[in-house]
Amino acid sequence: MSESRLPTLEGAVCPVPLSHKDLIVLGHGSGGKLSHDLITSMFLPAFDNPALRAGDDAGLVQPNACTQLAISTDSHVVWPLFFPGGDIGRLAVCGTVNDVSMLGANPLYLSAGFILEEGLEVDVLKKIISSMQAAASEAGIQIVAGDTKVVQKGKADGLFINTTGVGLIQPGLEIGGALARPGDVVILSGSIGDHGIAVLAARGELGFETDVHSDVAPLNHLVASILEVSDGVHVLRDPTRGGLATSLNEIAHQSGVCITIDEDSIPVKPAVLAVCEMLGFDPLYVANEGKLIAIVAQEDAETILSTMRKQPYGEGATIIGDVKESPQGRVLMKTRIGTTRIVDMLAGEMLPRIC
Amino acid sequence: MKYVQEYREGELVRGVMAEIRRAITRPWVIMEICGGQTHAIMRYGLDQLLPNEIELVHGPGCPVCVTSLELIDKALAIASTPGVIFASYGDMLRVPGSGRDLFSVRASGGDVRVVYSPLDALRIAQQNPEKQVVFFAIGFETTAPANAMTVLQAKALELSNYSVLVSHVRVPPAMHAILSSPSNRVQGFLAAGHVCAVMGYWEYPPIAQKYGVPIVVTGFEPLDIAQGILMTIHMLEHGKIDVDNAYSRVVTLEGNQPAQKVINQVFTECDQKWRGIGVIPASGWRLRPEFEAFDAELRFPIGEIKTGESPLCIAGQILQGMKKPPQCSAFGGACTPEHPLGATMVSSEGTCAAYYRYALDKIESTP
Repeated sequence: MSESRLPTLEGAVCPVPLSHKDLIVLGHGSGGKLSHDLITSMFLPAFDNPALRAGDDAGLVQPNACTQLAISTDSHVVWPLFFPGGDIGRLAVCGTVNDVSMLGANPLYLSAGFILEEGLEVDVLKKIISSMQAAASEAGIQIVAGDTKVVQKGKADGLFINTTGVGLIQPGLEIGGALARPGDVVILSGSIGDHGIAVLAARGELGFETDVHSDVAPLNHLVASILEVSDGVHVLRDPTRGGLATSLNEIAHQSGVCITIDEDSIPVKPAVLAVCEMLGFDPLYVANEGKLIAIVAQEDAETILSTMRKQPYGEGATIIGDVKESPQGRVLMKTRIGTTRIVDMLAGEMLPRIC
Repeated sequence: MKYVQEYREGELVRGVMAEIRRAITRPWVIMEICGGQTHAIMRYGLDQLLPNEIELVHGPGCPVCVTSLELIDKALAIASTPGVIFASYGDMLRVPGSGRDLFSVRASGGDVRVVYSPLDALRIAQQNPEKQVVFFAIGFETTAPANAMTVLQAKALELSNYSVLVSHVRVPPAMHAILSSPSNRVQGFLAAGHVCAVMGYWEYPPIAQKYGVPIVVTGFEPLDIAQGILMTIHMLEHGKIDVDNAYSRVVTLEGNQPAQKVINQVFTECDQKWRGIGVIPASGWRLRPEFEAFDAELRFPIGEIKTGESPLCIAGQILQGMKKPPQCSAFGGACTPEHPLGATMVSSEGTCAAYYRYALDKIESTP
């Protein structure tokens, strides 16, 4: 990867130094701007190398001339441990499988580290392990290394899981957040916001019930099917924390392009929209765990779209926009009423509105 | 979604905009009172469809923005007290007091919880009898009934571990303050639909008559706002001074009378300090003496609080419609939603946040 292509992770404006905050706040883990500030000001300077600096979901390394590996790691702290459509175990497997897949890699192996809270019911752990096994088998990967630690009651929320994944990238394949080009087409694999709303509702704090299910799923087969029919895939990304808006902003920055999307074309389930309306959330910022953004050469877009729609996790795939030259680093949205507005990154934690 | 998407139909909105263009003959300055409306205008880019003759100025109707710094500092002090669970609407957590916010208090070990309804705070109090639960009861007339209801219920349940830190503000006195200011430029008002849903709009005709400004009760969807502007323009162009209702599917003249009854039962009028504006007479509500037992300010004597506002922030002028965010030297640089200097950048309804989030291009093209 050449130096000239390495982007920064800076936000839309001058990042304000973290010295304003002496403590880590929850917003630092939101996947939005505060997280990016933390990465650029703390982690990047310390660990600096080209793989990290690329700012993709997985690091790309080349241990020898003919091998390219994608490596990614993710810690899962979701609460509650079980929610409609999934649980922390399925999430831990799928999250890392997907991050590895987003460089076009074929994920092969996972490690799993468990931090268990004293007092956790063994039956709960059993259920989660069985769910991880099912997800691993669906993805066609093996969990080949693990670790277990137990902490005192009150020092963890039931259990936390860290997974690290390794995948092999076919020689010659180049996919990354910095490779979007003007003229490319932006494809979204299905409806947004399902995971975030399902987990929020499962916490039982909303005072109303919904039938929204998390979309958590391994996307490696979907990615493989796309790569089979096209060599015009430039960027793949799964819009997890921070949602579609934050992922598109990251790509626009990394690639130095403008991404324009059409509000009417973005699929949101009515139940997700209803919850968002009530809480004052914008679905563009709500987390997904089984969706991907594919930015592809225009001439391949239709082929890729029809291939995706034949896959179980790509049935709802649709074109949501395209890539333009300028203004660089910006995401613009054509609104339902025909005007244009900026779509920015998530700032900190997503907060329900007062009224 | 039924009864929402219909009010976001592009064709209908553009139709009303065309009517506005036909009706207008000269420049007019209109203020939308409510922060929710400001956000809808920026989010849908409604201003891009308006004729150049119309200047929209953004009002002080963001409860998070106008809560006084003193009270936020009090909230931070109470939330830091051992044994206290501090419950708040989510928006308030990021509002900076003098040097820190509720997020920092939580990160330092304070038990700060986001609730979706004040009744959740009451439930927390019932579930944690050994803790003192304080609810940050802020907001306009919209949140007052539910906040008041928790006090009534706490009294009925004889809960001794529940109290409220009250900072309620009211829209009509703020309109008086804006209109009687020598620097006022506002010629017509879009009144806040949801405030009127609770309070009705019987308080508005005297304001319209006294200052000679038409007022239109307006909703929050693009079509509602376009319709509110059209009705205001019609009155302005015809020299008519009156109050009209463009949100009749929600608002009646009398408003929600049971809600008003609850408010009057629990709260009484008081002078209120608005952040960035100052004290506006009779613009707030505080607990009536018979509910003093639930007043967090009395339960937690915090003592004198010395506040310090950022000298860079011009939120006060923005809240009064005198300036717009791009005219602030800190906007988008030293002041961003993740590191806000002023409240208007913090709240999801704040004017600066609306500009920052949806229309940064306007700012970038400003010399």
